Amino acid sequence: MKLSIIIGAFSQGLMWSILALGVFITYKILDFADLTTEGAYPLGAAVAASGIIAGMNPFLATFLAMICGMAAGFVTGFLNTKLKIPPLLSGILAMTGLYSVNLRIMGKANIPLLKVSTLITFVTGLGIKNNIAVIIVGLVSVSIVIAILTWFLSTEKGYALRATGDNMSMIRALGVNTNGMVILGLSIGNGLVSLSGGIMAQYNGYADIGMGTGTIVIGLASVIIGEVLFGSSSILRSLISVVFGSIIYRIIIAVVLAKGLVPTDVKLLSSVLLAVCLSLPLFKEKISALTDTLHSAKKVKARKAGEQNA
Amino acid sequence: MSRMLDMINVRKIFSKGTANEKMALDRVNFSMDEADFVTVIGGNGAGKSTILNAIAGLFFVDSGKIIIDGHDVTKLPEHKRAKYIGRVFQDPRMGTATNMSIEENLAMALRRGQKRGLKKGITHDEKDKFRTYLEELDLGLENRMSEKAGLLSGGQRQAVTLIMATMTKPKLLLLDEHTAALDPKTAKKVLDLTRKIVAEDKLTALMVTHNMRDAIKYGNRLMMMHNGNVLLDLKEEKKKNLEVGDLLMMFEKASGQDMSNDRVLLS
Repeated sequence: MKLSIIIGAFSQGLMWSILALGVFITYKILDFADLTTEGAYPLGAAVAASGIIAGMNPFLATFLAMICGMAAGFVTGFLNTKLKIPPLLSGILAMTGLYSVNLRIMGKANIPLLKVSTLITFVTGLGIKNNIAVIIVGLVSVSIVIAILTWFLSTEKGYALRATGDNMSMIRALGVNTNGMVILGLSIGNGLVSLSGGIMAQYNGYADIGMGTGTIVIGLASVIIGEVLFGSSSILRSLISVVFGSIIYRIIIAVVLAKGLVPTDVKLLSSVLLAVCLSLPLFKEKISALTDTLHSAKKVKARKAGEQNA
Repeated sequence: MSRMLDMINVRKIFSKGTANEKMALDRVNFSMDEADFVTVIGGNGAGKSTILNAIAGLFFVDSGKIIIDGHDVTKLPEHKRAKYIGRVFQDPRMGTATNMSIEENLAMALRRGQKRGLKKGITHDEKDKFRTYLEELDLGLENRMSEKAGLLSGGQRQAVTLIMATMTKPKLLLLDEHTAALDPKTAKKVLDLTRKIVAEDKLTALMVTHNMRDAIKYGNRLMMMHNGNVLLDLKEEKKKNLEVGDLLMMFEKASGQDMSNDRVLLS
């Protein structure tokens, strides 16, 4: 296993973790399985790439990508809360619609970002090697996102958002407009997903119309791996766990690819991985039940043996 | 004494126009004065909980008016009525956010009906205040304030929810069979706590129960509901020396029906 592969997986994991943090907001905080992710991720890439090609400052283009993602999340929230369309369907509608929107923005299916200034070239321009520059961009953006989320989730509004996903009727009884909170949460979540897409396009050197496929699975897997391995005792802890989860996910993928897995099979692997993660609580229960019965069986045996001896 | 609640000709039909159409509230009229503690009894489907939900705004009524402390709330959505109303639910899980800590839950309740901005969700002063509240409960919760509410037992949760509902003195406290899911001993504790808080803060409270003895024992006024109507409304003197037998007889006389079907539910 080459070190360069691990380093590559690490920096990719950092950038993907911004998407995973977005999924954390929608799925964990808001309890909303949001498929908008699959459209918001390429949306961010499309906006950032088109902006940069048109000569926009890469920081501004990346920021714009995030704003567009927030708008996408707003639409999903509107469909769900105001038009009463179920969460999954709202997400599917937004995702499908975004495909056309993304093509409109890009004008073609793929925009290469060669010989233009990006966030990465900004850092390499300071005289830093490319693979380090990538990690710096990832670390800085993840740190900013985590700092802002940690602060926001501990404000009055942040509490209301968390309670909306936790116990909607309770927080409504305390005077919170939960529809507004759902819309806010989806906007924040998808803003982060698009931000991730925008940064990733600059890392990969292109934006592609198909790059969103499977992103929700990657995001969910990162969130759940992080939670299982690193815990969720506080908000900050949960957010950092998501980042670690995302990096570990990338390392797993890099390792199996290095072992000879065909790249086109990666999505199948992702699904299997997520299915295993999601069913972990069930297995935990089964295993503890099994060990319990084994224990009691042993005790009975021991007692019987004792009786016979006596 | 000022008027706290007016229910004027309140009517609600569920599943209108279908085979399941049900007259849930049939022109309900009653008022509550400040510091009234009304217990509500009635059989299944009598409309007890529906009354509370209509006041809280879980649905809009078909006709009639609901006025809380002079404010017409008939057309206000649930979250906008919250500033007038404190609520405790039947299901202990309903009253708190399970993945948030006890102190975070209390902090959210402290801001009931207020605009929530980007200020800190909980302050140090508030934590001290919560500790005093929890100490009074004598459940040892003052040392577990940062634990998740989901770790509490049903009785502990109802006690915390009761504090949450009454911390910022509500115009109206709605208790929807809030001890029904608890064991008898814990239920009594929570009921006594309820009585203490209502008396100390001079709250106006409406408590639904399916236990006749509790309905007689607590509060200064007793209402019995039947088929979406207030059948009996017994105030101070009349309620004082009431016994379960009297109540059953009154019910049969007023409704023209035998109580035997509902007796089990009301005992």
